[in-house]
Amino acid sequence: MLDQKLYNNPIKVTWCPGCGDYGILNAVKSALAQLEIRPHEVMFFSGIGCGSKLPDYLNANAFTTIHGRALPIAMGAKLGNHALHVIAITGDGDGYGIGGNHFMNILRRNPDIVHIAENNMVYGLTKGQYAPTSPRGFQTSTTPEGSIEVAFNPLSTAINGGATFVARGFSGDPKHLAKLIMAAIHHKGYALVDVLQPCVIYNKINTYDYYRERVYKLEDTEYDPADRTAAWQRAHEWDGRIPIGILYQVQGEPTYEDQVTELKAGPVAARTLAPLTSAQADSLRREFF
Amino acid sequence: MARLVNDLSIRLAGEAGQGVESGGAGFASALSHGGLWLHTYPEYMSRIRGGLNFFQIRAAEHPLWSHHEGIQVLLAFSPEAITEYGPHVVRGGALLFDEGLKVDTAAAVRRGAQLFSMPLSKVAQEMGGNKIMANTCGLGALAGIVEYPFEFIADVIKKNFKRKGDVVVDGNLKVAQEGYRIATERYAKSFDWKISPLQDRPDRMLINGNQALAVGSIAAGCRFISGYPMTPASSVLEFMASHATKYDIVVKQTEDEIAAICFAIGAGNVGARAMTATSGGGFSLMVEALGLAGMAEVPVVIIEAQRPGPSTGMPTKTEQGDLLFALFASQGEFPRIVLAPGTQEECFHTVVRAFNLAEKWQCPVIVMTEFYLTNTMRTLLPSEFPIEKVVIDRGELLTPDKLERLTEPYLRYKDTPSGVSPRAFAGHAKALQQACSDEHDEYGHFEDEDAANRLRMAGKRMRKFHNIVDDLHAPAIYGPEGADVTLMGWGATYGAMREAVDLLNARGRRANMLHFVDIWPFPEPKAAPLIEAARHLVAVEGNQTGQFAQLVRAMTGRKADRLVLRWDGRPVSPEYILAQLEEAKVHA
Repeated sequence: MLDQKLYNNPIKVTWCPGCGDYGILNAVKSALAQLEIRPHEVMFFSGIGCGSKLPDYLNANAFTTIHGRALPIAMGAKLGNHALHVIAITGDGDGYGIGGNHFMNILRRNPDIVHIAENNMVYGLTKGQYAPTSPRGFQTSTTPEGSIEVAFNPLSTAINGGATFVARGFSGDPKHLAKLIMAAIHHKGYALVDVLQPCVIYNKINTYDYYRERVYKLEDTEYDPADRTAAWQRAHEWDGRIPIGILYQVQGEPTYEDQVTELKAGPVAARTLAPLTSAQADSLRREFF
Repeated sequence: MARLVNDLSIRLAGEAGQGVESGGAGFASALSHGGLWLHTYPEYMSRIRGGLNFFQIRAAEHPLWSHHEGIQVLLAFSPEAITEYGPHVVRGGALLFDEGLKVDTAAAVRRGAQLFSMPLSKVAQEMGGNKIMANTCGLGALAGIVEYPFEFIADVIKKNFKRKGDVVVDGNLKVAQEGYRIATERYAKSFDWKISPLQDRPDRMLINGNQALAVGSIAAGCRFISGYPMTPASSVLEFMASHATKYDIVVKQTEDEIAAICFAIGAGNVGARAMTATSGGGFSLMVEALGLAGMAEVPVVIIEAQRPGPSTGMPTKTEQGDLLFALFASQGEFPRIVLAPGTQEECFHTVVRAFNLAEKWQCPVIVMTEFYLTNTMRTLLPSEFPIEKVVIDRGELLTPDKLERLTEPYLRYKDTPSGVSPRAFAGHAKALQQACSDEHDEYGHFEDEDAANRLRMAGKRMRKFHNIVDDLHAPAIYGPEGADVTLMGWGATYGAMREAVDLLNARGRRANMLHFVDIWPFPEPKAAPLIEAARHLVAVEGNQTGQFAQLVRAMTGRKADRLVLRWDGRPVSPEYILAQLEEAKVHA
C-alpha cells in the first residue's frame, strides 16, 4: 500500500464546507493508494461543475475538459494510450444531462474506464437549478413550482444500456466508497460508480441525514450482483431504503480496447513515427493506378 | 468540322443506382490507361436511389486543372437526364441514349446536339441476358463514337467484374463489344470529337481530394481518427477505416461530432497523432471543443469539407461559405491554423503539414476543402505523392530520456519565448500532465481569478499565433508578372482560376493569379506586397459575400476591385469566371 499523501497537491480546495465531494476525493486517494497505482499511471478526466474540480486537487495526470464531455475525451485518451488507468469524474448534469448521449454510448462500448458520477441531484456551481436526477416536485430557481419531470435513473439506464459494472456509493461513507472504486478499477471494462453526494447549500432534501437513515449495503444482504433482473429491481429501490454497493457486475466481457486490432501492439501514442517505407508508399499509390 | 482529338468532356447521367458513377469511373480508368489526362467531377442528389446523378470526365493530352461547363457527349440513362442536361451539350455534340426511353430532346436539338439513339437495353438483354448491362453497352457505344480502341474498355471490364466470375465478365464484354460495333457503324462518322491513346502512358494515379487527404494523413503518421458520417467528409473516415489495420490507425465512428472531436482531443493529448473530418454542420457542433483544444493546447487536425449552408443547406453541392466561421469559431481568442488546399496533390501535402504544425504549435489545425474538391478526381503522376519522403516534425518533445535528465519540475504550460511549452506524454513519473479548460497556471492548475496570470498565459498562447506566421506559405502566383488583372482566391477554386488565367492570356489579356492555401494566421508579411502589386484585383470565391476578400481588406486595407462569386451550389469554372468578367466589363 502506498502513502495516500502521494496524491496530495498544494492546490487550495474551493468546495463549500461539508460538501460531499470531500468524501469522494478521499475515497479516490485511498483507493489508488491501496491498489498501489502511482500518480503517473493514472489519468483523470472531468467536465465542468463543482465536482469536476476534483482532478485539480490530485497529484496525478488530469484533464479538466468542458461541460459534458469528460467521457468522450477519456475514451479518446484510452484508445490513444490504453496502458493508462483512466478515471472519468462527472457530475449529474454534466454526465447524465448535457453529456447524456456520451453516457448512453459508453455503456455499449465497455472501455476499461472508471466513471465516478457525483450525483447531488442539483446544479451547484451555477447556483441551484434542478438537475436530471432531481426528484419530481424539486423546487429550484428554474423550477419554482417544482420539477414536473421524472428523475433520470443512472443505474437502471446503465444496466439496460450494456454496462458491465454498476455500483452506487455514498460520500458520507468514504471507506465503503473507496472499496467500490477499487472494485471498479479492478473490473475489466466500463465501471459506473454513481455517488450519492449531498449538496449542503442547494439540496435540502437529499441531505447526509436523509441518506444515513436510508442507505444499506447490498453486500450485507444475500445479493448476487450477477443477477441482472435483481439489479434492475434494486436500481429502482429508493423511497424507503436505498441500496449502496455493487448492483451489477458481469465478468469476462471483452473490453473495447481488447477488440481493436491496432492496440494489440501496445498503445498507439507510444509508436515512433517515421515515414512509410518505399514498398508501403508504392502499395498505397498503386491503389489509385 | 475538323476532327478534334483528345479534348472533350463526357457526362454520364441517370438515376442513382444505374451505375453512373461506377460506369464513369470505369470509363475514366480506360482513358487513363491509354495515357489520357483526366479531370472527373460527379454531382449527385441527396438520396440513395432514383433522382438524377452525373459523372463528368474531361480528357486531354495535357494535365487538366478544372472541369468545363459545356459537354461534347451526354450518355443518358434516364429521361430526366436528357431534359436536365441535354441543353449542356455543345453544338455538334452527341446525346447518346437508349432507344426505348421516352425522351424530350427538343431543347438539345434546338442547340445543335445530335441524337444518337442506341438499343442499349435490347443488346444487354439479348447478348448479356440481363438488362442491367445496359450501362456497359452504353460505355461500349461511348468508346465507339469517339473511336477509342475497344481493348481499353475490355481490360477495365475484365478487371472490374473479375470477382463476379467469368459468366459476368463474358456477358459484359459481349454487350460492350456490340454497343461499340453499332455505335461505330451508325454514328462515328458524324461525330467530330475523337479520343486516341497516347504513345506515352506512364503509370498515373486517379485520385480525389478526400482520398488524397487520407493518403496524406497515413503518410504523416496519423494514429487516430474519429468522425461522424457527413457528406462530403465521410469518405475520409471510410478510407482510413479500410486501411486501419495495414497502416496502424485507430478508427472510431462516434455518436456525434461533439464526441468525434473530443475523442481526437483525448487521443491527441496523450500523444497519438489525431484527426477528425466533418462538414460545416458537424464543425458547428465541434466548436466548443475546438476552443478546448486551443485553451489546453492540444494538437488536433480537423478537416472541414464545406457544402452550401446555412443549416443542412445543399448536402451534395459545393460552396466556400464557411471560411470566416472557421477562422473565428468559438468564444475567446486563441491560436489556430486554417489551411485550404486547392488541388488533390495539395491536399496530400497540406494535411502532412497540418499534422506537423498542430504538434509543433500545439493547437488545432483546420483543413478546409469543399464538396467539389473532395469528389473531383484528376490523373496525377505518382511523384506528386512522395509518401516515403514526407517530413514528420513532432515539435518540442520531452522524450523519456530527456525527462530522466530534467532537473527542474516539469511544467506543461511553461512560459517560453516562442510560446511553445515542450510536451511530454502522460505516463512518465517526472512529467505529470495537468490540463485544464479553465485559465490555468504553468503547471496546468486552475487559476481563473488572477489577472497577472491571465495576462501571462493568454500572452503565451497568442505569442504562438504570432510566431506561426513564419511557418506559413505565401500565396502561389501563376501567370505573368505585372499583369493587368490579378485573380485572387483560396482553396478549391485553384483549378478554375488557373485555367481562366490561361484563357485570358490566350485572348491577349495579361492576367495572373494569387492562390492562398495558408490563410490563418494571415501570412501578411509574405502576402501583402503581392496583393498591393495587383493592378486590378478580382476576388474569385464560391460564396455569396466574398469572405476572403473581406479578410484581405481587414488584414491589408486593400479592397478587391471586383468580386466573382458563385453560390448556386455549383463549382466555379473557368468559363464562369470569364463570363462574370465580361459581364462586369459590359456594366462598367
